[in-house]
Amino acid sequence: METKNIMIVGVGGQGTLLTSRILGGVMLDGGFEVKMSEVHGMAQRGGSVVTFVRYGEEVSEPIVEEGCADVLIAFERLEALRYAHFLKKDGVIIVNDQRMDPMPVVMGAAKYPENIIEDLSKEYKVISVDAMAEAKKLGNTKVFNVVILGVAAKHMDFTIEQWNAVIERIVKPKFVEINKEAFEVGYRL
Amino acid sequence: MSDKKKIMMLGNEAIARGAYEAGVKVSAAYPGTPSTEISENLVQYKDDLYCEWSPNEKVATEVAIGASMAGVRAMCSMKHVGVNVAADPLYTVSYIGVSGGLVMIAADDPGMYSSQNEQDTRMVARAAHVPVLEPSDSQEAKDFVKAAFDISEKYDTPVIVRTTTRLAHSQSLVSLEDRQDIPDKTYERDIAKRVMMPAMAKGRHLVVEDREKRLESDSCEMSVNRVEMRDSKIGVITSGIPYQYVREALPDASVLKLGMVNPLPRKLIEDFSKKVDKLYVIEELEPLIELQVRAWGISCIGKEIFTVQGEYSANMLRKAILNENVDVKSPADVPNRPPILCPGCPHRSVYTVLNKLKLHAAGDIGCYTLGAVAPLSVIDTTVCMGSSISTLHGMEKAKGKDYIKNWVAVIGDSTFMHTGVNSLMNMFYNQGTGTVMILDNSTTGMTGHQDHAATGKTLQGDIVPAINIYDLCKAIGIKNVTEVDAFDIDTLEKVVKESVASDELCVIITKSPCVMLGQKPVTHKCESDPEKCKKCGMCLKPGCPAITRREDGTVAIDDTLCNGCDLCKSMCKFGAIKCTDL
Repeated sequence: METKNIMIVGVGGQGTLLTSRILGGVMLDGGFEVKMSEVHGMAQRGGSVVTFVRYGEEVSEPIVEEGCADVLIAFERLEALRYAHFLKKDGVIIVNDQRMDPMPVVMGAAKYPENIIEDLSKEYKVISVDAMAEAKKLGNTKVFNVVILGVAAKHMDFTIEQWNAVIERIVKPKFVEINKEAFEVGYRL
Repeated sequence: MSDKKKIMMLGNEAIARGAYEAGVKVSAAYPGTPSTEISENLVQYKDDLYCEWSPNEKVATEVAIGASMAGVRAMCSMKHVGVNVAADPLYTVSYIGVSGGLVMIAADDPGMYSSQNEQDTRMVARAAHVPVLEPSDSQEAKDFVKAAFDISEKYDTPVIVRTTTRLAHSQSLVSLEDRQDIPDKTYERDIAKRVMMPAMAKGRHLVVEDREKRLESDSCEMSVNRVEMRDSKIGVITSGIPYQYVREALPDASVLKLGMVNPLPRKLIEDFSKKVDKLYVIEELEPLIELQVRAWGISCIGKEIFTVQGEYSANMLRKAILNENVDVKSPADVPNRPPILCPGCPHRSVYTVLNKLKLHAAGDIGCYTLGAVAPLSVIDTTVCMGSSISTLHGMEKAKGKDYIKNWVAVIGDSTFMHTGVNSLMNMFYNQGTGTVMILDNSTTGMTGHQDHAATGKTLQGDIVPAINIYDLCKAIGIKNVTEVDAFDIDTLEKVVKESVASDELCVIITKSPCVMLGQKPVTHKCESDPEKCKKCGMCLKPGCPAITRREDGTVAIDDTLCNGCDLCKSMCKFGAIKCTDL
């Protein structure tokens, strides 16, 4: 099979790393070679962050090249737009319908783009989800990232049991249950 | 027990595993992106080895040197700019050599994800005559650390394992092996080898030269260097993570993959160059391999088509080598999202005061460097670790004490312990009158919260007496040392005003733990009342990411981000911001 390329993008601190590690774990259990690349350090302080996950029979580079991503999982609307050009023509975007103003917008030096989801939908298959609202219903806003992952998982060939097995392995024990619930909420949306 | 299973590991995790398997007994480091996770992962093996956070990279390297002299395998790890701090011991331990194997991990940052420059450690290693291994994935990261220890002992030399951000922070599969049982070497006094004064060092310089020649010739046979012959039309010499981009972009090309990049295997390179029609040298940053290849009279293509800046990619190689029209869309024109201080960060409170007083700050390295950009706009200069205090001192000596009456130096607690304290001693000794602000958030923040000598906890989790920064400043002899709660902005403003006006050296220690440490429980959130909000924008001045304007211009506070520090509340003159208890 051809190597599949997934990107997870968002704002530093939103929990993209946990999501990519769960994703990578599932690919690995599926018998694929997996490579991932993460952002640590300065950008984690509220900057724009991107994580690459690649899987297939043989994977060389750990990054996803522009124009090559199959799936873009965006934790925030503006970040979906920022990285959309990484997608292939028929690429899929899973976007958390949340707006977080970057500092230039807060200060009035730049404008937050309007109609991002509508515009992206003209070119790509866009699945939008209000994951924060779902996470609030669960009583823990931090797990919105795993809600989004649940939504994305519907578009991948792995069973919910496979996902749960990885969540149990990767997430800290006291947060396993809430993360499994969050995943299931996303998966059933 | 033999455990051959494969698991996903970050490059840095694999380096830690490699050190464990190689039988390392002592490791020392100072945190720095992209090297920090090495020590953070190594500590899981603390039953079998000792590891510490040292105050800086020079000290860490010397700790490792001492351990090697005592006869055990020892390691130090640091980011590329840390190698500069460690350069003094590094250059000389190259003469001394080792007893137990000695390995330095140096993590370069092409693309400057989290650094102040883009220097190439391979150049330093070349100048210091230290061999360098460069892995290209996590498996090699582990294997090369082990190989580095073998080479170190076999050739009586320290060895550098050079990584880059992309390798350090990428995950791939690694197969685990058991820890090697390496017996301690017996210590024997040998001043001709270990006391580097001129008479002895002259003798050792000869040894270094001879060692490098042997390494160059032996490296042609080393398994870390390998030739992958495919189509002979294109031949590529490469190493490290660029090897992956070469495999992706030019799957049919023949490749000489170098695992050792200093010294270079001359015969292997000469033989390879003869077997291919067109030879490319593909390396990120400096043309280290290329210049040597050319110096040997071998023609190749390198930096005339590849940049010395940033990271490479497969698309970049396709374009440069194959002239492929890589059909990519241009990115959307969207607002930047630069990193910012977290909601509830005590630095924001300090900078809000400095901004109000229109002061300039000589800055330093840490999260608080982010105070350079709008809207805080306080920091004017940042050079390197510990430089804030000394650059302010230099300004005073250049222009006189009145010139720095609207200046302060700002430095974090970890950076102060790193090298800032030397600069403070200098300011005191040479009668400087600057105002030095130590932003004490009880951690090394930017790199992900590591302990240091003033936090009272070690890397291995031991609770130890913390060095008291206030007492340390007092012990230097400084009379005016004041501790202020970072969020007490009225007191802070008063103390800063008095200090900058004073003709004496003043130290202000602003105290409040990093909000990410969770030491201060979040008891409430702030909420803005749109009825009372006058849209004046005062609460937006500190640049808190939890606060934005609504469509109508009133202010909204995101309760999922707010940490209840109340800074915005204290900025609001109209009582529009109130607290909601959790």
